[in-house]
Amino acid sequence: MASATLRHTVWILRGNPLTAVAAAGVVLLILIAIFGPSIVPYDPIASNVSQALAPPSAAHLAGTDQLGRDTFSRLVVATRLDLVIAVSAVGISFVLGAVIGAFCGYAGGRLDRAVGRFVDVMMAFPLFVLAMAMVAALGNRVENIVIATAIINLPFYIRFARAEVNVRRNVGWVEAARAGGESNFSVVLRFLLPNVLPAMAVQMSLNLGWAILNAAGLSFIGLGVRPPTPEWGIMVAEGARFISTGKWWLVAFPGLALMLAVLCFNLLGDGMRDILDPRMRT
Amino acid sequence: MTGPLLQIEDLHVTFSTRRGLVEAVRGVTLSLDQGEMLGLVGESGSGKSVTGFATTRLLDVAGRVTAGRILFRGQDITKIADSDFRVLHGAAMSMIFQNPRAALNPIRAVGLQIADAILSHKRMSKEDAAEEALKLLRAVQIRDPEKRMTAYPHELSGGMCQRVMIAIAISCNPMLLIADEPTTGLDVTTQKVVMDLLVRIAADRGMATILITHDLGLAARYCQRVVVMEQGRLVEEAAPQTLFRHPRHAYTRRLVAASPTATSRIADLVTDDERSHYLAMLAACKPRPAPAAGTPLLLDVKNLAKRYDQGPPAVADFSMAMAAGESVGLVGESGSGKTTTSRMICRLIDPSEGTILFDGESIGHLPARDFHRSPVRKDIQIVFQDPNESLNPRFTAFDCIAHPLLRLSGMRPGDVLRQRVEQCAQRVGLPAELLPRFPHQLSGGQKARVGIARAIACQPRLLVLDEPTAALDVSVQAVVLQLLDRLRREDDLALLFVSHDLNVVRMMCDRTIVLRNGCVVEQGESRALFDNPQTAYTRELVDAVPHIGGAPAAAAAQVTGPGVNNVRSL
Amino acid sequence: MSSLPALFGVLVFTFLLMRVLPGDPAVFFASGPNAGKEEIEVIRKQMGLDKPVPQQLLLYLYDVGRGNLGRSLMTGQAVTTDLRDRLPASLELTLTALLIALVSAIPLGVLAALKPGSVIDHGVRLFCALGVCVPTFVSGLLLIYVFYYLLGLAPDPTGRIDVFTSLPPSRTGFLTIDFLLAGDLDGWWAAFRQLILPAATMALFVIAPLARITRASMLVSLGSDFVRTARSVGLSWWRIVVTYALRNAILPVITIAGIVFSTMLGANVLVEKVYSWPGVASYALDALLSSDYAPVQGFVLLMASIFVVVNLLVDVLYGIADPRVSI
Repeated sequence: MASATLRHTVWILRGNPLTAVAAAGVVLLILIAIFGPSIVPYDPIASNVSQALAPPSAAHLAGTDQLGRDTFSRLVVATRLDLVIAVSAVGISFVLGAVIGAFCGYAGGRLDRAVGRFVDVMMAFPLFVLAMAMVAALGNRVENIVIATAIINLPFYIRFARAEVNVRRNVGWVEAARAGGESNFSVVLRFLLPNVLPAMAVQMSLNLGWAILNAAGLSFIGLGVRPPTPEWGIMVAEGARFISTGKWWLVAFPGLALMLAVLCFNLLGDGMRDILDPRMRT
Repeated sequence: MTGPLLQIEDLHVTFSTRRGLVEAVRGVTLSLDQGEMLGLVGESGSGKSVTGFATTRLLDVAGRVTAGRILFRGQDITKIADSDFRVLHGAAMSMIFQNPRAALNPIRAVGLQIADAILSHKRMSKEDAAEEALKLLRAVQIRDPEKRMTAYPHELSGGMCQRVMIAIAISCNPMLLIADEPTTGLDVTTQKVVMDLLVRIAADRGMATILITHDLGLAARYCQRVVVMEQGRLVEEAAPQTLFRHPRHAYTRRLVAASPTATSRIADLVTDDERSHYLAMLAACKPRPAPAAGTPLLLDVKNLAKRYDQGPPAVADFSMAMAAGESVGLVGESGSGKTTTSRMICRLIDPSEGTILFDGESIGHLPARDFHRSPVRKDIQIVFQDPNESLNPRFTAFDCIAHPLLRLSGMRPGDVLRQRVEQCAQRVGLPAELLPRFPHQLSGGQKARVGIARAIACQPRLLVLDEPTAALDVSVQAVVLQLLDRLRREDDLALLFVSHDLNVVRMMCDRTIVLRNGCVVEQGESRALFDNPQTAYTRELVDAVPHIGGAPAAAAAQVTGPGVNNVRSL
Repeated sequence: MSSLPALFGVLVFTFLLMRVLPGDPAVFFASGPNAGKEEIEVIRKQMGLDKPVPQQLLLYLYDVGRGNLGRSLMTGQAVTTDLRDRLPASLELTLTALLIALVSAIPLGVLAALKPGSVIDHGVRLFCALGVCVPTFVSGLLLIYVFYYLLGLAPDPTGRIDVFTSLPPSRTGFLTIDFLLAGDLDGWWAAFRQLILPAATMALFVIAPLARITRASMLVSLGSDFVRTARSVGLSWWRIVVTYALRNAILPVITIAGIVFSTMLGANVLVEKVYSWPGVASYALDALLSSDYAPVQGFVLLMASIFVVVNLLVDVLYGIADPRVSI
């Protein structure tokens, strides 16, 4: 069974080279996150003023910053932090959102409508502003970035799970499960959720990119991660001071790292969505 | 002009799909005279609609005419440019579609939509076009045509939407009208009204019409000539009476046999060669012993009602009773409350009022959310309408059938369970090698069998069937109906058969209950009820059912073939 | 109307959030690290921090009701005044960006949908895929690098107007419009040059989702039964594409445009920081980083009010565009 699934996946990836590239990119990112700190050429924190603001060269692939730190090493080391923030935030909202959304969508009625209305309103609210306020209030720490990102992601998952369950709640096989002696609770947990999860996993991949951007944005404006910790958003913020004098590499490389990471997750999500449902290709 | 209006010669249509090229139409040749009404009949996948869409050049982008010619008024229209075809569209040929509500622009007033069609071919002011549109709405006999001019499709019923669609299609007096399943999805009474209207308009205006349908009865009632298609090929062509009395092709024979008529019995649904098998089975079943005196009724429902927060009650007042082994039909049009009633009896939703006694014990008061713990749960099972949606996509056929056994019969996974599941599959005629398959790997008929096997796995005493064959082709329907009938006799199973199809109910059920707006209109012994309806509503329902073998409708008979286009100028 | 309770919720929410802030602003705003205990107490009392939290909330609600959002410790002015001074800058930026985004995204989406699989379609999809991946703060900085440092086309990316241009009399608060009203074309050009880069930055980020939804809903529309009906009666190409397909396809775009506008309000924070734009967002950000409660609360509240108005506007527009919805 497992090998059949694997073969199927391989067959599909062969037909979608872009998805395969994205999947490879995600794997590479994870590897960098795990092994990055032990393979970088320079200490990402140690300053070396004599080498300050050097443009990219053979010795420093991505140049150095105002303290002479190697930008490439900092980029590589930062991968772990950026991924951990995004993945844990999205993970939290995924689990909570799936459960809340599935039960609301199945129960229907007044509570469901209230939750639906609340979620719709939440989603239309300037979420970045909300996250900003939350991080400021809860304290300027990394875990609070995770919490804030998780909370502003939550409405998407609730809404998604709710909608997916809602269209299925009166479908034949759900009623058949009840006629076959399942309680409402186990219908949601054992029948509906497993059917909804693949589509939600796609949503998760698409959302990971968004979460990375949000977290980086927060640290760009000075919330969450603090210097000298290497993190993509904060590296852009530090480089911003030198852009008017033409030191492009301090912004371009962390920006490129952000972009590639987000792109990989988005393309993977798109590809998985196509695999699950070719009709949703947009 | 001489020669036929439309001539299709050796038409081939190919679709490019993810799985490569699929040939949907493989060499169709037919012709249509002016003013003639031709029935194009076939089951799903027969290519009948594709033929229609190829003729009007409205195929999906994936579909292409790969060979053959379509001569319209002597001109090969497969060769002409899109811009030239636009002049034909609407003015010379037009189409009526299935699902009329979706076929109309949801955010444009219907009057404007009709006017759009007029203005695209005639030079006139907007006011004149609106005047013309109003005339057309009158022609299709819409009530309050002035008011409907500014209505949007969502404000109209399905039947009214189809009238508007007809008005659009005939707005520029085309010579050819192709109607693709024009009444599928409409209620049977609406269906008759719309078809009668369509036929009269076609006759009045001398339009040649192709009626594409899966319903042999419909084609028989309204067409002068019927063409049968199977898997992209044309298998037989004849006048309806000839075709249905003496079908020549094997497929047509099977199709004609499977289409229920006013007099057919379950046994008649297969061809003569296949019937012996069924009759042998029938003979093997012992006649049902009369129930011992004092045995409570199996099901006794009194004054059942279901109300929702808004709107009129879905079910207002419903009472019925049935004995063990009896089969009762529940018929009604959409919105009659038959589905809600069936769900309440199955204890999947809670009634607002009323009592349900099963075997003399009240089960109506148990909340539906706790009913899965009741010992009666395994005695009442249900088969759902759409086989595509009634199986969990993540369960194999085996898992589906095993599920109620695990939950309700207390069985454990193992050899005993496996044997039991295989036995159930065998009873519904599902080959054991299909059991490890997932629903998407099964055909519609196979899925229906899995759904039935699941429902009978725990040996229920009452089986509720919610339109079990509505989504199936007639040939599959015939087999499933025979299967259900056999199971009923073998197990002394009581059937509550919910359906909109009167022919099916008449064959399957001892007694029939007619529902309308949540109330019982009439009930009684099936044959008597259909032969001699007591209420006007039931009579209307019965009259509306198209039959094979009956005389074609008067309106269709008026049209005497080619040359009736002198009324076009009207 | 459904968003009005949300406004109240945001009010209480922001208040509570600000009150659980770990730092003590009284200490922060005392004369210095060596400030005496009494001095801190005095500031605490001045700010009402000594009262129990529910009472503080009631006082706050009462103040908000009277239009008093408190006083900024940073500028020493009333927050309402500060916000009123800076709001036009933010609105001018956001609305310009929205205009740019809509004007470019809708035609792109429609073109892509009309010829699926063509070069245009692939180009639009590639652009959309890349567009959502580049954070605004990065694209903003790179635009500065290219247009200011390399090409020298853009002016110094700080603020709304350079110091040498004399300001027009303030009528709308939107500099480009005020200059036009004053008939000062040179001034208008100067303001426009300052505005276009940040507006483009913000627009770039939202063109992708807008174009994507336009393309998707246009594809659905074009493949729908009613477009087939329109073709079957021979309507003209223009009528089919515009009156039938596009008018239906625009409905989801209206909804998304509302959400996109919210996103832009958030993105304001980043763009205003990059371009030192003197708007409400950069004001709130400065306050936030110096633990100044009142401006942040005022800002979030302002955003919530704008959001309510935008939602209302979207509902009204949708109601006009879609007869199936009753407002």
